Amino acid sequence: MKYKGKVHKFGNDINTDLIIPARYLHMTTAEELAQHCMEDADVNFVKKNKPGDIIVGGDNFGCGSSREHAPIAIKGAGVSCVIAASYARIFYRNAINIGLPIIISQAASKELHDGEMIEVDTEKGIVKNVKTGKTYASDVFPSFLQKIIKADGLMNYTTGAKPARSKKKK
Amino acid sequence: MGYTITEKILMAHAGKKSVKSGDFIEAKVDFCLGNDITAPLSINEFERVAAKKVFDNTRIALVPDHFTPAKDMKSANNAKQLAVFSRKHGIKHYYEVGQMGVEHALLPEQGLAKPGDLIVGADSHTCTYGALGAFSTGVGSTDLAAVFIKGKCWFRVPESMKFVFKGKLRKWVGGKDLILHTIGDIGVSGAAYKAMEFTGDAIRHLPMEDRLTMCNMAIEAGAKNGIIEPDAETIRYVKKAIKEFNPERKAYKCYTSDKDAGYSKVIEYDVSKIEPLVAMPHLPSNVRPAHKIKDIKIDQVVIGSCTNGRISDLRIAAKILKGQKVKPWVRLIVIPATQKIYLEAVNEGLANIFVHAGAVFSTPSCGPCLGGHLGILAAGERAIATTNRNFVGRMGHPQSEVYLSNAAVAAASAVKGRICHPEDVI
Repeated sequence: MKYKGKVHKFGNDINTDLIIPARYLHMTTAEELAQHCMEDADVNFVKKNKPGDIIVGGDNFGCGSSREHAPIAIKGAGVSCVIAASYARIFYRNAINIGLPIIISQAASKELHDGEMIEVDTEKGIVKNVKTGKTYASDVFPSFLQKIIKADGLMNYTTGAKPARSKKKK
Repeated sequence: MGYTITEKILMAHAGKKSVKSGDFIEAKVDFCLGNDITAPLSINEFERVAAKKVFDNTRIALVPDHFTPAKDMKSANNAKQLAVFSRKHGIKHYYEVGQMGVEHALLPEQGLAKPGDLIVGADSHTCTYGALGAFSTGVGSTDLAAVFIKGKCWFRVPESMKFVFKGKLRKWVGGKDLILHTIGDIGVSGAAYKAMEFTGDAIRHLPMEDRLTMCNMAIEAGAKNGIIEPDAETIRYVKKAIKEFNPERKAYKCYTSDKDAGYSKVIEYDVSKIEPLVAMPHLPSNVRPAHKIKDIKIDQVVIGSCTNGRISDLRIAAKILKGQKVKPWVRLIVIPATQKIYLEAVNEGLANIFVHAGAVFSTPSCGPCLGGHLGILAAGERAIATTNRNFVGRMGHPQSEVYLSNAAVAAASAVKGRICHPEDVI
């Protein structure tokens, strides 16, 4: 998959309380949760974010609580993908399980700045800064995870059910 | 090369003769759990794919503990969804308010987490049960939905880190201080994706409740699981719990690590040098000795949670609070983690001590730990809590602050109105 969007840059250890504070965890739909995405990390995020934009974090992105509401809020806000130097493991699982593209690139995480326009090619494992043309390598998913991604999420991989969260138009 | 306890449990549940770290495996799940925040999403997924039956209705616990007794209508609807699903599928271990306790205190107490088990829960603190010699880890809601259907879950076999605790504990030091010291040493991603195995003579002398506290916070170092090899203390605890609550689920198996098992790192700590500690805002790794903290005035104290809401914590708090008064303008909220603990606290006279000291004594709930209810902080307020996370906004307003400690430091701080060492009071 290819994505193009503007960078929203965050630091290290962005925990799931910052991504979606617990005061909103009585909500369960992507639409509701998206209204509060990243609220305690950047209170203006939802206003600034445009569909297709890309979140770039540092180390240990998504640490803390196991709340799947965190990747759901990010996906619901229209963020096309997340790039970070590393992820906390439950967030990483959850993102794959719900079909939020999630990319590991230490170089891109280090060098990209807020507001820069970038292109991401998940199959080739390349992140590109549109203005400067500089490219960064990103990790490719291990083959086991590619199977889950190809099935469009864990539930379909498990049950063979039809994708409901697929982005593809029917 | 031999295997670690974590590798042995994963291997047995994946039906494999060998594994190495980094392998992807699909493993059988002995027990799984969800709560009123995470399980509604699992139930929605379960129903979206039109699944008909759960894999085994005696191996699932649904515990409405986070926003209950329901704090508002949306929370009530979420809790109701758990009850309706449980009735429909005959879920044996559904805990209605009145039986409900904070999940990670409740399951070990009920004998539902046992040595050698593979347990997953849609809650990050599911790693708690490693204290009983189980492999236990947090997953997401969709993962849990898949477990509901298949009774299986995928894992990447983690590397193990060994933490050897040597020496004798100082007074007022417990499992909370050992784990805070460890997280302070290795950082909040110091054990990312890894198994943290706790061992050494200090662990062998540590009561089960303190071990549960240690494994509970393994996630705060980014670990997949925390684990302690079973010993006489484990067997004593597990046998009693099984006999009291779930005698029909009495099978368990004790695994130990081989002498030549591989570890990515071995770290030794001399526990006699560890003092009562406090994690300062806004990370659990930001640790300082309690006696070195001066002039941090507090507005609220919370004693409770899956980390330190057990009877031993309440006993320690009562010891300090007996005959004392909570400092004016300070709120002390004591939340026993389960109904059994609640009743014990009443019968032992602890509840009496708390109320006389000017504390509130609450029904079990995760409540303020995650900023849910029963004690939310206003802008600019500061709390010391026996909970597990002090992230920005964790207990309420993004401009509030949370400090983490054991029950003794928290109770003493309630008396002084500022963060202090227990010996400043007793």
